[in-house]
Amino acid sequence: MDKGFLPRQQFPELYQALTKAGYEVIGPTVKDGAIVFSPLAGFEQLPTGWKEQTSPGRYQLEQTAGQRCFYWNTGPQALKPWLFKPEQPLWQAEQTADGLCFRQTPEQVQPRAFIGLRGCDLAALKIHDQHFLKGVFTDPYYQAQRQQLFIIAVNCARSASTCFCVSTGDGPTATFGFDMLLDELEEGFLVASGSDQGELIMQQLPLANTKKKQISEAKQQLQSATQQQRVMPDEQQLLKLVDRLEHPQWQDVAERCLACGNCTLVCPTCFCSKQESHSDVKGQQADQVRLWDSCFSEQHSYIVGKVFRPEISQRYRQWLTHKLATWQQQFDRSGCVGCGRCISWCPVGIDLVEEAQALLKSEADDG
Amino acid sequence: MMADFLPKGQQLPIVATLADKQQESPGIYTLHLAMDTDSSFDFAFGQFNMLYLLGLGEVPISIMGWQQNLLLHTIRAVGRVTQPLVALNIGAQLGLRGPFGQGWPLHQLEGQDLVFITAGLGCAPVVAAINYAVNHRKKYGQIVILQGVKHHNDLLWQPQYECWRDLGNCQVLLAASEEKKRKYHWRLGMVTELLALARFDANHCAVLMCGPEIMMLAALKQLAKHQVSDKSVYLSLERNFQCGHGSCGHCQLGPYFVCKDGPVFHYPQIKSWFGLAGV
Ligand SMILES: Cc1cc2nc3c(=O)[nH]c(=O)nc-3n(C[C@H](O)[C@H](O)[C@H](O)COP(=O)(O)OP(=O)(O)OC[C@H]3O[C@@H](n4cnc5c(N)ncnc54)[C@H](O)[C@@H]3O)c2cc1C
Ligand code: SF4
Ligand code: SF4
Ligand code: SF4
Ligand code: FES
Repeated sequence: MDKGFLPRQQFPELYQALTKAGYEVIGPTVKDGAIVFSPLAGFEQLPTGWKEQTSPGRYQLEQTAGQRCFYWNTGPQALKPWLFKPEQPLWQAEQTADGLCFRQTPEQVQPRAFIGLRGCDLAALKIHDQHFLKGVFTDPYYQAQRQQLFIIAVNCARSASTCFCVSTGDGPTATFGFDMLLDELEEGFLVASGSDQGELIMQQLPLANTKKKQISEAKQQLQSATQQQRVMPDEQQLLKLVDRLEHPQWQDVAERCLACGNCTLVCPTCFCSKQESHSDVKGQQADQVRLWDSCFSEQHSYIVGKVFRPEISQRYRQWLTHKLATWQQQFDRSGCVGCGRCISWCPVGIDLVEEAQALLKSEADDG
Repeated sequence: MMADFLPKGQQLPIVATLADKQQESPGIYTLHLAMDTDSSFDFAFGQFNMLYLLGLGEVPISIMGWQQNLLLHTIRAVGRVTQPLVALNIGAQLGLRGPFGQGWPLHQLEGQDLVFITAGLGCAPVVAAINYAVNHRKKYGQIVILQGVKHHNDLLWQPQYECWRDLGNCQVLLAASEEKKRKYHWRLGMVTELLALARFDANHCAVLMCGPEIMMLAALKQLAKHQVSDKSVYLSLERNFQCGHGSCGHCQLGPYFVCKDGPVFHYPQIKSWFGLAGV
């Protein structure tokens, strides 16, 4: 991949090139004390100088002296809410003079360029593509948003303390699924393209040749981002979780877990949803709406007269065994990309890596 | 840009008109639906549709049968959607998505004895399969129908059971678990105890089951005692369904999506997951 160098003061030209090409630019920005993705009016809205401190149950932004815009690693959400929306009208039903009518809810889409996605985000996107595009049916709402995405990925220059993408094999380098790729250095960006569209944008940038020093600096910071404290057991190990359905650890975690479902909502790969019918006052017209749901809710497993997972221990077990083990049978890989979001956004600081390790360490339940 | 259209009948409901309605027992009705569609409605017994009532939402309901170009659904009124569903007047319209899921592999089972085991207030996916087997009597060996209920008048489709019994070459065994006095044709006790009386070849049979999981677990134990191998057993499961086609995640059982990989499963496939509390 040929890389060019874009000096920091010329970085806004990337924004210009994107908007000129018709993209709405979506990028990270600071909001309510966290990094969130939203439409950017310009690159000055990027989180310049910010990084995050994370630990189980904790996420805190901190200002650094530097000028970097991508020195943070994750926010509570990246792409998921843009493609698989928290609230998605699916279809409408109407009682007309000619009888009952059904029609698809129209979906407006506009070309969007996302800047700042990481290796783990792209791995999660690939998993969602498999689910929403290659399932029994293609989800046209997801597909419509997906088709017009332009992705500018960034290699991580550091890791947050909750990151463990190295052990899941999904980071910190972005290796696929992007149109452009950036390595951010203090004085500017190494830029590479990953698609024809990316190439077109790249051609419009005032790129300089890269220097050897810049390449090695980028390599070095990537190397430092691979130094991570958390290690998720490998996929073969994780498959053994299903042999430990009676392990006392489930009870132990249930005593701490609030069943709030935060972990499933921030997880970039969780796909559970429920449907509701929202009708007008007269009852003549109704919207069928799909809403995010979580296996932590009691209603998730409700059928008339029975809830299949009444206990929190059973719901935590569903989350962990699905995400890490049975997901592998469904999608040929674990559902965890090592982003660490569920660890920092759990209000009581439950750490899934620790839980998985504890469940696998003890042989108590073997045989 | 406008998104592609949702596949009609699968993700976007089609309109069905209530052409006829039959009461089966208190609170249980069979709806006969005329479908507003040009394409033929191909389905397998054991598959299900998502039925929709304006403003109320969808519920999964098994396909009971197909008669004179009408689709049959037998529905027990239990709640928010099913109560108004069975109360619809002839001519009323509803929405329908389907068919979804895997049905009973009836063709694959030709030549074998068929043992149907159901319990509770009746089990539409099994009744549909029984009707098929009875109507294609020559394709199968012995047909044994075991049904358990609490009280004998809980039995759904009572006339139909009489009819099957009268066929002569179809063994019908009924059990009532909470009855004090034995009624003609009935036994006291659980459906699983009826197996001792059933006449079929354990080495050459298929067992088709549907009902509460506790019943099916008890039946599996009894079947093992009667030397019926796991390989001969098929069962229909129930879970919370929202989408009906493997997208919403609600119906999971271990690695399976019951709506898409089931609701009818070959028992060996789900054996390690079936009957575990909280799975
Ligand atoms: C594969 C399958 C086949 C079925 N076949 C039949 C049938 O032939 N006849 C019949 O009478 N019933 C059948 N049921 C059960 C039927 O789906 C429930 O009785 C119905 O959903 C209850 O809805 P309600 O709104 O009246 O009840 P409420 O208790 O008021 O609400 C239950 C709500 O939970 C949700 N729900 C989702 N899945 C289920 C579920 N499996 N069971 C219960 N609630 C669910 C629905 O949104 C439903 O509206 C079947 C269920 C499944 C999974
Ligand atoms: S399980 Fe946790 S760490 Fe893994 S992808 Fe989901 S949020 Fe990220
Ligand atoms: S972990 Fe829970 S919420 Fe997430 S996809 Fe699996 S079942 Fe759904
Ligand atoms: S693990 Fe944490 S975030 Fe997840 S449901 Fe329990 S308390 Fe909520
Ligand atoms: S009902 Fe949605 S996945 Fe099965």
